[in-house]
Amino acid sequence: MRRSNVVRENLTAWIFLLPSLIFLVMFTLYPILSTFISSFYKSDLSTIEPIFIGFDNYAIMMKDEVFRKAFINNIWFTIGTVPTSVLLGLLLAILVNRTFVGKVMSRVFFFYPVVIPMVAVSFIWLFFYTPDYGMINSILKLIGFEELNLLGNSGTALLSIIIMVIWKEAGFFMIFYLAALQNIPKDLIEAARIDGASKWRQFRSVIFPLLMPTTLFSIIIATTNAFKTVDQLVVMTQGGPNNASNLLLYYIYENTFRFMDYGRAATVTVIVLMIMVSIAAIQFFAADKKIHYS
Amino acid sequence: MNRLISISTYILALLWALPFLGIVFMAFKDSSEQGYSLTFRNFIDAWNAAPFGQYYLNTIIIVIAILSVQLITITLAAYAFARMNFIAKGFTFMLILIQIMIPSDVLIYPNSNTIAQLGIYDTKLATTIPYFISAFGIFLLRQTFKGIPYELEEAAKMEGCSRLQIIRNVYIPLAKPTYLAFGLISVSTQWSNFLWPLIITDSDENRPLTVGLSMFAKASDSGAQWGIVCAGTLFIIFPLLLAFLLFQKQFVSSFMQSGIK
Repeated sequence: MRRSNVVRENLTAWIFLLPSLIFLVMFTLYPILSTFISSFYKSDLSTIEPIFIGFDNYAIMMKDEVFRKAFINNIWFTIGTVPTSVLLGLLLAILVNRTFVGKVMSRVFFFYPVVIPMVAVSFIWLFFYTPDYGMINSILKLIGFEELNLLGNSGTALLSIIIMVIWKEAGFFMIFYLAALQNIPKDLIEAARIDGASKWRQFRSVIFPLLMPTTLFSIIIATTNAFKTVDQLVVMTQGGPNNASNLLLYYIYENTFRFMDYGRAATVTVIVLMIMVSIAAIQFFAADKKIHYS
Repeated sequence: MNRLISISTYILALLWALPFLGIVFMAFKDSSEQGYSLTFRNFIDAWNAAPFGQYYLNTIIIVIAILSVQLITITLAAYAFARMNFIAKGFTFMLILIQIMIPSDVLIYPNSNTIAQLGIYDTKLATTIPYFISAFGIFLLRQTFKGIPYELEEAAKMEGCSRLQIIRNVYIPLAKPTYLAFGLISVSTQWSNFLWPLIITDSDENRPLTVGLSMFAKASDSGAQWGIVCAGTLFIIFPLLLAFLLFQKQFVSSFMQSGIK
């Protein structure tokens, strides 16, 4: 009787999990495995049957200028977007975590970019940046400066995109900080105040350490975003000019759908996968799991 | 001091609002006139220049299809993880965790191969199928299910309810806020999805709004058309912004829960 119950429970549970597992295998687990394997083969339009070449794809890639450029850009992009949008999120949270006229309105303004699709954000900022008709250039012209082709110039393209991403993401981290700030016990701050701590000292020694889990967590999310979102490149720069704004995922996209170099697409995918796993490992070991998974 | 902080907050808020105000300004601007005069012409022109009605319909179908399948898959899986004992439970849970670690966008290369092998390139099935499960949803719902008193399940069992009846009559009604939070995240994420549908669709019958807009904008790549492109951009944003303004609190708390996505 008991034994048959156990069998039945197992069977039911597996039936319940089956739909999820089928899609998980099809679009997450198998692809990871197959990409790994493909990265050891030469496969492009000139190769009819994929040829096993061991680590050659990796060796070729290390010497590939465009890959190196995209990799370095991605690091700059991460450095440019992560600390800034997280810190800005903290600053915005502190600014709106008070009672003042226009509190709700300000929060709405800081948060709405989070709700808008990246594609729409890209068009909005394209309109800002574009030469001749763009808003920034109109202003520059008005005050007698020369025109700037911000997205068409290899010195400013990536930076322009970084600024846009910070604008889009800061509000997201703001709401996490806002919640965290509201959870800080008032008597802790009160105690620090009575001990004669200045506002800055209260922030540095009491508030900021208590916000640490939120900070870590925001950094993880922002870093993941820096590697997984390239919608803006498709709309704004196509990775250009001269790969100045190319990022790893966009490079995968180009190799898959434009250059049809599948071996390379697979190899770069493996690299990005390894970056994702490293980020997850950092989260696992560094972040306080209790706070978000409990 | 307080006044100074308020003023800097207003300046920042204005700065944040500026890009949006800019395209609203452009979208309503009559480009044929000197100076500024209000017009709806850009919206009408955009709507007529590209099949935006079709794109809207596609996006709505895609969003609803994904959410419906997700609700079924995550409910069953979350229940199994929350309330059942079975072989390899921990291991299976770890496997699901991988989907949170590796966002599907990173897997565009192998997944597009899978779609080609299945022979479903340029179909609505292809745009939706990778999102049929959500590890994030399973996580979220499992948490909620675990918090529901087990006595309720036992009482239902006594009355002779089957597992599915228990899920339907006990768990689902009590988890409504979680379903709402998950639904908002799923809908707004899919409404915004771009890279995957861009890769996997090749006809207006299957393109969602995001991809449709980018095709349309590419075709009208000149300054005189900016008003129309801005109007088209507003087509995509408008439903999301409206939903956000109506359900502000719910949106914010849902996005906070999406942190583990």
